[in-house]
Amino acid sequence: MEKFTTHTGVVLPLKRSAVDTDQIIPAVYLKRVTKTGFEDALFANWRQDPDFILNQPAYAGASVLVAGPDFGTGSSREHAVWALRDYGFRVVLSPKFADIFRGNAGKQGLVTGVIGDADLEAIWAAVDADPGARMTVDLQERTAVIGDLRVAFDIDDYTRWRLLEGLDDIGLTLRNEEKISQFEARREAWRPRTIPVP
Amino acid sequence: MSTAIPDRPRTLAEKVWDDHLVVKGEGGEPDLIYIDLHLVHEVTSPQAFDGLRAEGRPVRRLDLTIATEDHNTPTLDIDKPIADLTSRTQIETLRRNAAEFGVRLHSLGDKEQGIVHVVGPQLGLTMPGITVVCGDSHTSTHGAFGAMAFGIGTSEVEHVLATQTLPLKPFKTMAITVEGTVKPGVSAKDVILAVIAKIGTNGGQGYVLEFRGSAIRALSMEGRMTICNMSIEAGARAGMVAPDDTTFAYLKGRPHAPAGADWDDAVAYWRTLPSDEGAVYDAEVFLDADELEPFVTWGTNPGQGVSLSGVVPAPEDFADPNERVAAQRALEYMDLVAGTPLKEVPVDAVFMGSCTNSRIEDLRQFASIIRGRTKADGVRVMVVPGSARVRLEAEVEGLDKVFTDFGAEWRFAGCSMCLGMNPDQLAPGERCASTSNRNFEGRQGKGGRTHLVSPLVAAATAVLGRLASPSDLPVLTAAEA
Ligand code: SF4
Repeated sequence: MEKFTTHTGVVLPLKRSAVDTDQIIPAVYLKRVTKTGFEDALFANWRQDPDFILNQPAYAGASVLVAGPDFGTGSSREHAVWALRDYGFRVVLSPKFADIFRGNAGKQGLVTGVIGDADLEAIWAAVDADPGARMTVDLQERTAVIGDLRVAFDIDDYTRWRLLEGLDDIGLTLRNEEKISQFEARREAWRPRTIPVP
Repeated sequence: MSTAIPDRPRTLAEKVWDDHLVVKGEGGEPDLIYIDLHLVHEVTSPQAFDGLRAEGRPVRRLDLTIATEDHNTPTLDIDKPIADLTSRTQIETLRRNAAEFGVRLHSLGDKEQGIVHVVGPQLGLTMPGITVVCGDSHTSTHGAFGAMAFGIGTSEVEHVLATQTLPLKPFKTMAITVEGTVKPGVSAKDVILAVIAKIGTNGGQGYVLEFRGSAIRALSMEGRMTICNMSIEAGARAGMVAPDDTTFAYLKGRPHAPAGADWDDAVAYWRTLPSDEGAVYDAEVFLDADELEPFVTWGTNPGQGVSLSGVVPAPEDFADPNERVAAQRALEYMDLVAGTPLKEVPVDAVFMGSCTNSRIEDLRQFASIIRGRTKADGVRVMVVPGSARVRLEAEVEGLDKVFTDFGAEWRFAGCSMCLGMNPDQLAPGERCASTSNRNFEGRQGKGGRTHLVSPLVAAATAVLGRLASPSDLPVLTAAEA
């Protein structure tokens, strides 16, 4: 995973709350068996509307999504994160994220920062005043700066550390190989087994 | 299997968590939790297997892993090649991966094939006090047994395949106590829809919900599964019900349930799992079962629900500005006018299925209402069993005949119109009463409109062609019944 320190990019204000993962990527796109190339699938249904904000030239190449509360609710599909990432998003800011979405995002190097309701409105206002404005997101400092506006965001320490270091979870876990084996040796016989073991 | 167990009363969720601690996280790091059972399906696994291949890693515990085909499988002509090429590729990819890595797989046509959350419990693999994960949010279903069960993303699927563990922060706990006795015609689905309407689609965020109280104790395992299944619709990580004699009776004798001395050991342990007297929850919610009525959603998220005898709400009814905007959008999408009695809303289709309500008991409930009746003209009624085994059981009981006599389509097992990844979809603008769990825009087909209901309400709706509860149906004469 690539290390994330700071990122500067165009802000896409998505003025909706409870954007569920079915909207971020409709189920038809889940049939693919690859892990990349989902950029066309992002908000696919909404994008059919020429007025949808992602279709507006001012926001071309946007890489920081600023959305209403409860972003990423619904299905656990990690494809939602892949679609955002493949389209070019590096950061999503929202007052509230669904848990699974947040977890998935952290694993793909997509920063999910929690901001206050007032800051959300302030960012949206700043972008309305200057469509296409760029924001600088600093993960070390947990700040997002757009024009004169400087906003603090929340992200848990562990996820932040992993993103800053670009660390892969499996590699980290396998450092505990011995403890896992010890735990396995203690497991009771009644626990389920899907296939007979010799 | 004790690692330093805290000396204070603990909740069910805490006990299961503590018993799966491989490494206790220090200083903000997550705990490393052992996973007892990993369920796999075709949609969220291909990229995980790719990841293993890329790193040259095997599946660590094939004996704790099982796969089934469900999301893409057709429910007609299952002996023919799958027509949709992308669906076929996804399923063939799972078959290839399962063969290459040695994972047990139940393919279309196999009698244990079906929706992953129906298959685990029916095989007796889902049991109290275990941890269960699957790359699917409705993994919460398995919590009905007193297991800690939750959905994970594809990266986590790869992580579990490789290590049989997951790094996780402990969840918060919320007790949802439902006391009393539900009225006839009110079922588990109505209980959970009422809970979601009460706490909101994000009210459970970060929590494990523990459902308790006399109304929950009185439920069958199927009913408990329906409730835990939809915990995710309240934003929760998981839902749980403490194991009791109902749980043990359901499990005993199932193919993978413990037997002999193992059974006795297991039951002795399982009896220690219910939350201790005085255990503290991070949040508590109370519901009066006697007050509950059949419930239905009117909007495009599962929290937008009301009692079926009510009317479509107006955006102004909501104090929260976000909810008001969401209600406005939902009414437009659903093509509903505020103030309309829900029982006057006509439907084009009825979908009886999904991991929420496709077990044998659900099919029996549906059948009990439609038996001796004919479906409303012009309404398409689809009955899709949750697994091939449920289909067989239903046929042994003659339920298939009840469905087809009624005018319903009796299909093969799978997710089907719950999310329409296979050809079972609503046409744009069509309105459906559905026993599934999500009424998001386009969930059952682009432009389709979904009303979430219980099997009993779905059945009555199929008879009358408009949203209805069983009590709205004319009484059958002795000859008809
Ligand atoms: S039935 Fe629906 S909710 Fe359940 S696993 Fe299948 S698609 Fe998901």
